[in-house]
Amino acid sequence: MIPTTLKHTIAVLVNDQPGVLQRVSGLFGRRGFNIESITVGSSEEAGLSRMVIVTTGDENTLEQVEKQLYKIIDVIKVIDLSSRPMVARELALIKVKAEPAERPEIMGVIDTFRAAVVDIGPNSLIVQVVGDTEKIDAMVELLKPYGIRELSRTGATAMIRGNV
Amino acid sequence: MSAQIPNVQSTDELREKWMKPEVITGSEMLLRSLLLEGVECVFGYPGGAVLYIYDAMHGFDDFKHLLTRHEQGAIHAADGYARASGKVGVCIATSGPGATNLVTGIATAYMDSVPLVVITGNVATTLIGTDAFQEADITGITMPITKHSYLVRDVEDLPRIIHEAFHIANTGRKGPVLIDIPKDVSAAKSLFKPHTEPVMMRGYNPRVMPNKLQLDKLHQAIAEAKRPLILAGGGVVYSGGHEELLKFVETTGIPITTTLLGLGGFPSGHDLWIGMPGMHGTYAANNAIQQSDLLISIGARFDDRVTGKLDGFAPHARIAHIDIDPAEIGKNVKTDIPIVGDVKTVLEMLNIEAGHSSYADEWRTTIAGWKKEKPFRYDDSEEVLKPQWVVEMLNDTTRGEAIVTTDVGQHQMWAAQYYRFNKPRSWVTSGGLGTMGFGFPSAIGAQMANPERLVISINGDGGMQMCAQELAICAINNIPVKVVVMNNQVLGMVRQWQELIYDNRYSHIDLSGSPDFVKLAEAYGVKGLRATNKQEAAAAWQEAMDTPGPVLVEFVVNKHENVYPMVPQGATIDQMLMGDKE
Repeated sequence: MIPTTLKHTIAVLVNDQPGVLQRVSGLFGRRGFNIESITVGSSEEAGLSRMVIVTTGDENTLEQVEKQLYKIIDVIKVIDLSSRPMVARELALIKVKAEPAERPEIMGVIDTFRAAVVDIGPNSLIVQVVGDTEKIDAMVELLKPYGIRELSRTGATAMIRGNV
Repeated sequence: MSAQIPNVQSTDELREKWMKPEVITGSEMLLRSLLLEGVECVFGYPGGAVLYIYDAMHGFDDFKHLLTRHEQGAIHAADGYARASGKVGVCIATSGPGATNLVTGIATAYMDSVPLVVITGNVATTLIGTDAFQEADITGITMPITKHSYLVRDVEDLPRIIHEAFHIANTGRKGPVLIDIPKDVSAAKSLFKPHTEPVMMRGYNPRVMPNKLQLDKLHQAIAEAKRPLILAGGGVVYSGGHEELLKFVETTGIPITTTLLGLGGFPSGHDLWIGMPGMHGTYAANNAIQQSDLLISIGARFDDRVTGKLDGFAPHARIAHIDIDPAEIGKNVKTDIPIVGDVKTVLEMLNIEAGHSSYADEWRTTIAGWKKEKPFRYDDSEEVLKPQWVVEMLNDTTRGEAIVTTDVGQHQMWAAQYYRFNKPRSWVTSGGLGTMGFGFPSAIGAQMANPERLVISINGDGGMQMCAQELAICAINNIPVKVVVMNNQVLGMVRQWQELIYDNRYSHIDLSGSPDFVKLAEAYGVKGLRATNKQEAAAAWQEAMDTPGPVLVEFVVNKHENVYPMVPQGATIDQMLMGDKE
């Protein structure tokens, strides 16, 4: 049986201590676990932060990731979000070349994606788009022909749907 | 035999003195907190960033501080103390180079799950991050090799942090915890609020009690097994579960192999014990693993030196794995019956309902045959001194009752093969990291923890030169370690690999021109003896044992000796080179 490599989104609740990001990211690095993206911010509880990490690997790797994370004293809880229905969103800012004459066409693309223009320069626009990773990939592809000058993505943050 | 060992008992009166809520410095809080954790002995080396801590130790004799001659010696000594006692080993070093000199020792302890509290000084909080004199980010450097670490930013936190550190170090899967104390924190004064109550940490709750369903599955598997085998590791010794293990083995009648770190966790004289498995393990143990239909790992972690080629390991066996660390289960070997819990607790619970493995009679006979047919063997000689013979002599003259520490290499394997351990915490060796320079300083710690026992440190001529400077503290403090140097004038294990695997291309292994070890010992004020044949060896060793203080005995041994059996890297463990002459 060939183990299937899948993308997993895991949420890690951690003590908001100096060095905690280093502990978590260092663990991934030295154990050879892949990090596709990582986001960190405050959680619903004071003193705790929530990290959302997108990683790839087979089931065994995921099991090891979870178990190794739990060995970090500052890690309180690890949840494999992608094992259940979840909402995952990321935000991207895209600075796209836009001469005045091209703008109406670009605006058309942006509207279709329910994205927003958050800055207009003499010959560029900054587009803000929120959505799942696929949506942002698609948006980027569509804007490429106009010339992307700068692209900045947050990486996904996520939650399980419903009351869980 | 008596080293200058601390004689301080933690009496109620003393505890009251240490607990007294007074305004004191961080340094004094540190010392009092260590005492409240039961610390009797600390190994350390002063320097700029720990000047306040050492100032607080001036004229202080509530615990013993041993001044080593290198920070590496201090941490290996603390490690030996911990392994030989089960208590937390403590060492202190200054910032920067003092702290980085501890790194090898921290990694050694981490790999072998040894409880240490490592205290480092750091530059003042106001200087951290400025590349100040003797500044090193030691919490960052050691993150991958510590169980946990603290950088103390506020003196108020110090008593809590020390209490937590001892708890973390010596519970669950044990390991080193580092506390980095900036100079201004050790100087700052505050009201001492001792922490002695049980530690509550949300992110740290090691699971001690196993899942009953899994225990039932194991009972069932034992009842059905025709070729069951126990693989016991360091976890048995660390949990103090050796008596429970003996009972379990005797009740079930299952043969047992103990890993390098598991030696002493089960009496080697027992009929069901079949020696050590793995790269230099016994014929019986390696064959038994490969043919078993149920392999019960108890506090062992399927290290590559035990398993050999992983995908051919124990091909017919269902695997039961008992371990305190859930991350070990399924990490290297697919597990059928996972049991997470404290080894001693698990064995106690198993023993309640354990039954005899009644289908395994034929298996027991087969294994007993292997054990009898192919024990460890070597070609003895009257011309040259054989290192195996030396270890057998050490064993016979001490009846297996000594504490033995080793360095790393051939002598380590011979010690593991030919010294017959009967008691836990009598064997101190760097298994996981394989740290040269560990053998001698760890013996100093083991002796401090066991003033009344005979401690033998077995080293090669290579490793002895990595921490020889600690002969000084043996002499000064009259620590009666018997230091054995197996001098073959070569890096023996590397030579063995170069001979067998690199086609006799001997590259940079010649240690001839090393110092005269007898004179070296004498230069430090330690008695030195040398033996080149059996007669001299027996006489020198007798003299060493009769000498009340520390002694170094150099055994000049055969240069061309190899450790057998040997499983070549990449082979399954039943493909052993036995070293027999064609």
